[in-house]
Amino acid sequence: MKFWRVPLDADEIHVSKGIVYILEDRCKGCGYCIEFCPQQVLEFSSQFNKKGYHLPSVKKPDDCLNCHYCEIICPEFAIYSVKVTCEPADNTEGLEIITTTRKN
Amino acid sequence: MKPGHPPGHPLEDLLRTDRIPSIWCPGCGIGTAFSSCLTAIKESKIDPKKVVMVSGIGCSGRAAGYVKLDSFHTTHGRAIPFATGLKLARPDLTVIVFSGDGDLFAIGGNHFIHAARRNIDITVVCVNNFNYGMTGGQAAATTPSMAKTPTTPYGNPETPFNLPLMAYASGAVYVARWTILHSRDLTESINESLTKTGFSFIEVLSPCPVNYGRRNKEKPLDTLKIYKDRTIIKNKAHPTQVDLDYEKGIILGKFVDVDRPTFGESYAKICRQDKPE
Repeated sequence: MKFWRVPLDADEIHVSKGIVYILEDRCKGCGYCIEFCPQQVLEFSSQFNKKGYHLPSVKKPDDCLNCHYCEIICPEFAIYSVKVTCEPADNTEGLEIITTTRKN
Repeated sequence: MKPGHPPGHPLEDLLRTDRIPSIWCPGCGIGTAFSSCLTAIKESKIDPKKVVMVSGIGCSGRAAGYVKLDSFHTTHGRAIPFATGLKLARPDLTVIVFSGDGDLFAIGGNHFIHAARRNIDITVVCVNNFNYGMTGGQAAATTPSMAKTPTTPYGNPETPFNLPLMAYASGAVYVARWTILHSRDLTESINESLTKTGFSFIEVLSPCPVNYGRRNKEKPLDTLKIYKDRTIIKNKAHPTQVDLDYEKGIILGKFVDVDRPTFGESYAKICRQDKPE
């Protein structure tokens, strides 16, 4: 988001950051998280999971604001986000996106 | 938090993860409604050991099998009678009925109106996907007029039920309608109704991409875009005004929130009174 001037309370307001985790085996590729992410963080990846569904992948990891909308719209409990506790500006490697394969 | 050690999905403790992924089709909204229900249980801070989920037959009925609470997958249409019995025998439990429109309003319609009339203290979450999804998409009591299904290939000639009106007319004390896209409002509504005493009814509109959407030229994302563009949130709208009309716009919101004595309270007062000698 760009402002034409710096807001007066810019120092006080801390925008939360999140890491998106995707549980590959649960995803059925419906695309709801991709379509309705308010920051357009996600996109379809070219990879398949073991059932042959296209997974979402994280396109813009820095833009995730940890709003949890992907988590609550997902019908399969396959995606969730976690708040980044450390300062994101200092520690960008903390924003690395990990997709995991969980054993059910 | 170290990368590579993900913390797990926040609802993992309420799910039987060995049964996930569910049987629901890709794009089906039941999972979202179910997830909202679980989030609401979590947010309501009620002890999970005191929450029971009852469901009937149908796609939505499978929810009772995925939840790690005491749950009951009952016979077709009889979710509410089982829930009524549970609530009367164990008034300390919070009873949620999670079922579909076919189960609650077609075969179980009579049970629904009488549970609402008696004002049994249960919460009913009805996932309305406009057809009998599990058996192949036949026309149900909630299928919109002119919709195509295998049993109505020229378009449905019948008029569907207006579910909030039915609940209100039968005597429910809490009536709301949301879609799966409005899942935050839905969660809040379920949360409110869990703590509310009396018969609460929440209708959740949900896409059925494989059996309903495919025959009516709606892909799941199209259905959700319709929910986004053609819905109007109007709390306290009168239930007679909220019939599902895509041209006028679908009215969502909390329609009824009143108080009246429940069956349990009246029964204790009238039949269990220690009468003075």
